[in-house]
Amino acid sequence: MLDAANTTDVQVETLLEVNNIEVIYNHVILVLKGVSLSVPKGGITALLGGNGAGKTTTLKAISNLLHSERGEVTKGSVKYRGETIHELDPAALVKKGVIQVMEGRHCFEHLTVEENLLTGYYTRSSGKADMMRDLEMVYNYFPRLKERRKSQAGYTSGGEQQMVAIGRALMSKPETILLDEPSMGLAPQLVEEIFEIVRDLNEKEGVSFLLAEQNTNVALRFAHYGYILESGRVVMDGPAADLRENPDVKEFYLGMSDEGRKSFRDVRSYRRRKRWLS
Amino acid sequence: MSDQLIYATEVILNGLMAGVLYALVALGFVLIYKASGIFNYAQGVMALFAAMTLVGIMNGQVPFAHLINAIFGAHITHFGWNVPALLAILMTMAVMVLMAWCVQHFVMRHLVGQEPIILFMATIGLAYFLEGVADLMWGSEIKTLDVGLPQGLNVWIDDTTYGIFGYGFFIDNLDIVATVIAAILVAALVAFSQYTKQGRAMRAVADDHQAALSVGISLSFIWVLVWSVAGFVALVAGIMWGTKSGVQFSLSLIALKALPVLMLGGFTSIPGAIVGGLIIGVGEKLFEFAIGPLVGGATENWFAYVLALIFLVFRPQGLFGEKIIERV
Repeated sequence: MLDAANTTDVQVETLLEVNNIEVIYNHVILVLKGVSLSVPKGGITALLGGNGAGKTTTLKAISNLLHSERGEVTKGSVKYRGETIHELDPAALVKKGVIQVMEGRHCFEHLTVEENLLTGYYTRSSGKADMMRDLEMVYNYFPRLKERRKSQAGYTSGGEQQMVAIGRALMSKPETILLDEPSMGLAPQLVEEIFEIVRDLNEKEGVSFLLAEQNTNVALRFAHYGYILESGRVVMDGPAADLRENPDVKEFYLGMSDEGRKSFRDVRSYRRRKRWLS
Repeated sequence: MSDQLIYATEVILNGLMAGVLYALVALGFVLIYKASGIFNYAQGVMALFAAMTLVGIMNGQVPFAHLINAIFGAHITHFGWNVPALLAILMTMAVMVLMAWCVQHFVMRHLVGQEPIILFMATIGLAYFLEGVADLMWGSEIKTLDVGLPQGLNVWIDDTTYGIFGYGFFIDNLDIVATVIAAILVAALVAFSQYTKQGRAMRAVADDHQAALSVGISLSFIWVLVWSVAGFVALVAGIMWGTKSGVQFSLSLIALKALPVLMLGGFTSIPGAIVGGLIIGVGEKLFEFAIGPLVGGATENWFAYVLALIFLVFRPQGLFGEKIIERV
């Protein structure tokens, strides 16, 4: 098994460590077949792969949202700061500083933008002044939300809903955000804007990110380290810059090839020679 | 004013007050439906259970007396004391919270993420179970409930209207009290859900379970809270209906009257439940007064359902039902 911490700077503290987990839905459907990864403090770690590769399941296994979808972690362990966390409920995890922003935005449609943000404060109890200060901080990063604070979240645009979802997570004062598919259904310009903000939050607020993304191109430009998942297994990992230059990644995920278009038969043969890392 | 108009006014007033009682039952449905998407078939039985528990505690009855006597061959029925109404109401509320916790812990918790129809079936089961428990706990005799609410003809209204129109309106004191209490209850519920942290969390859960979980809202806590509030509403409805028509098992059937109210007002709106209740109350009394004699009376039995049917055809989400938000 390859430990990611060895390949990055050893000085960096590892926050989250996922160790060879297996996830089964409904007692029968095996979705993750042994996924290992680690998220260093202060980094943006990307989890890449196509549809059904297991990105969302991996994030939900970490944040313990699997249970409500009848899924469970049957093997392996998930550790946060060295402490096993997959027995905790999502609320306890949010208090520990790990929060997930779900795929497809998932705003509370009938609540106003501001009320949506305030729900993110639910697990905290440090007083109203603190709440207002954090609200102002979120509005600073997302000025657009301030303009729309009184509108029902269901009526805001897709980009604004994604901002609401991220802003809501910020209100819980997280150390690590598990961000699932932020680019989904957004115009390229908006995707860029959202990712810029993610980088800002990472640099200025020191929030670590684990980012599941299909848009490999954008994700690898903003992330520091990347893992590539295929049918429930990690098939490749490395610093984002290396992955961007890797010929296989270029060919299968970035759509660039030196040899022109590939036929589907070659894609299948790639699957046969891919490396199993875990 | 002509005589007909004066009679009609009295009918409308009485209808309004009857409507408030329907609305009280409908309110319980709305609360649970909004927060968890569950149509709680057991709401009527909850009102019955609350009323029976209240009477039982007030009379100092020993719960499960029949069971205890059958097993141990004892002959205890009463503790031999009476509990003051207010204290008994508080104790009943505690019982309702306990019930809410049990519902969440033993039933709903295991059904998270299931289809709505399965949750609905579970509440049907719950209704029969609760009815059985109520029977076993307190016995099946018809009891009278008197928590000290004023009852009977309101003399002041009778006198005043007699002075003005030469005809005294018959308005029941209990109906007036019920109206005032319902108004306070609704105002409190609205304030709770709009302006408090737990209320906001409740609405968040209603919108999106998964997202609520993801920001660290505990679903089981919110659901216990919601079922407790619904239990409280059931208790209030149980007190009103129990005082009006005695505490008996047919009390659970008032839930059926709440259905057309919900179809009119919308399943997701607290104001809708109130307005729906008022429309049904006034509508059926007025219809009985105006059309009843022409068709041989007893229109109150079916009027509400026909009205609901018409609404289902033309405005299925009800008057105040939540619009389905769809971005284009």
